[in-house]
Amino acid sequence: MLFSPAPPMHIPDGFLSLYVSAICWLVTILVLSLAISKTNQSLGERQVPLMGVMAAFIFAAQMINFPVLGGTSGHLLGGALAAITLGPWAGMIVMTAVIAVQALLFQDGGLTVMGANILNMGLIPVIVGYGFYRAVLNRNRIAKLAVTGVAAWLSVMAGALFTALQIWLSGHAQLDVIVPAMLFVHIFIGIGEAMITVAALSFIMRTRPDLLGEESESAKAGGGWVLIGLAIALVVILLSPFASSDPDGLERVAINLGFINTSNAAVYNILPDYSIPLLGQTSSSTIAAGVIGVMVVVGLAYAAGRFLQKKKV
Amino acid sequence: MHSDAFDRYHHGHSLIHHIDPRVKVILTLALIVSNVMLPDGAWPAFTLMWLVLLILNRVSGLGFWFTFARSFIALPFALAAITVLFSPQGNSVLSIKILMWNLMISDYGLIHFASIVVRSWLSVQIAILLVATTQFPDIVHAFKHLHVPAILTTIIAFLYRYLFVLVDEVLRLLRAREARSAAASGSRSAGGVLWHAKVAGNMAGQLFLRSYERSDRIYNAMLARGYQGQMHTLNPHHYHLSDWLTLGASSILIIILQWIGRL
Repeated sequence: MLFSPAPPMHIPDGFLSLYVSAICWLVTILVLSLAISKTNQSLGERQVPLMGVMAAFIFAAQMINFPVLGGTSGHLLGGALAAITLGPWAGMIVMTAVIAVQALLFQDGGLTVMGANILNMGLIPVIVGYGFYRAVLNRNRIAKLAVTGVAAWLSVMAGALFTALQIWLSGHAQLDVIVPAMLFVHIFIGIGEAMITVAALSFIMRTRPDLLGEESESAKAGGGWVLIGLAIALVVILLSPFASSDPDGLERVAINLGFINTSNAAVYNILPDYSIPLLGQTSSSTIAAGVIGVMVVVGLAYAAGRFLQKKKV
Repeated sequence: MHSDAFDRYHHGHSLIHHIDPRVKVILTLALIVSNVMLPDGAWPAFTLMWLVLLILNRVSGLGFWFTFARSFIALPFALAAITVLFSPQGNSVLSIKILMWNLMISDYGLIHFASIVVRSWLSVQIAILLVATTQFPDIVHAFKHLHVPAILTTIIAFLYRYLFVLVDEVLRLLRAREARSAAASGSRSAGGVLWHAKVAGNMAGQLFLRSYERSDRIYNAMLARGYQGQMHTLNPHHYHLSDWLTLGASSILIIILQWIGRL
């Protein structure tokens, strides 16, 4: 009863093939060692207790929930918030510690797949969250909050997409079912994350703006983050409409099952030809629609920020 | 709150409690990797693994069904793999008509799905046994010996230490929210979703500031007590003969499991 509501992203052992787990570990270790060497350079020993307590904060903050709709509740996952308040490198290490303890102590996520879990819930959300925030670092408060909301939502969606892709690459689910299913579930989890992250950031901005000011760790990171964060977000945007433009996936499976025998099954084998799912007849137009849609949302959020700021002054 | 509320360690003096933490961590990982490597439908190997687990439960003095009773945490995730049931390979066993969809469950899909669930269920039990028989600081210390970077193990040690303190803070915040908004939980009488989200966000922000300020006090207190950037332990680790024997026996077990699984 006391323990944190597990978001459906913690992959347990056995759900990824060893091959996929190993690749995820490799990527995670590479990025983490970079993060560790960067933090060792820039942080004093004072920062180590800070990061430890902040990791406990993320863990504890995941227990703060609020009712959303029909008995479901939203709660914080914390990737974007950690990135914004602690800076990207420290944020990654803090999220890694959180995921490690969830797996080690509470069996919330497996041990062999911990590399994948760290990647999906620790590294990707921090990169996306920080990349977006870094782009509006010198803008006004409203623009920061609006972009933070978009970033928090996208960080959850990106993590969900990576999870789905890893399960599919392991040959444990079908692409046209798992991607829409994971993304659909996380649309709402992401909205909860966005609302709570924006509210928390706004609270910190009002009470301790010095923690987020010019001298903060978060402000020191380079502008390259913007590019990487936007690139990952773009991948999510490119893949989501493809996934959701194919709502009849189940029907297609049924057709395969009912009318086409196993000769066509190669499509679902491990590591199928990437070009088959991506070059669908309508996918280019839906991808374009997705990109335009997100640009409109970001533009509107920005315009709203500018407008509100002018009105205030 | 007392730290026991979260701690998964059950004190005891069994053989398993006394194995070196490094050996236990390595064996846990090796057994889980061995599970994941077993091919689909290797039922004799899965059964043997489970029997070994039951015996280990018994030896550790936790009771025969200890890990079994706590192992259902991984099952909700099985939903993510449910689509393999409808895999287009193999012969159909069962077909379900839902509206216009004609879903067929194939024998291949059924075996594949069951194997995935059994693998993760066994792996969770192994991990539960590790944390139930090893104190968490010892596990962290073992990881440090196994060359996990010091900054990570130190942060994890801090996380573990202050988790209880911050969870106390969260419980106070949650109690305060309940006391001040009587009908808020689940009903709309106290405000909409946005209002609820704002309150929860303010609580998270409040918790952030309290944690931030607490970490400053912690650091100063640690400096006053001679902190030099290193964590020390009172339980030094030494390999004994029994540790080497355990390692040897487990390696043989893993080889047997893999051999049975591939028969």
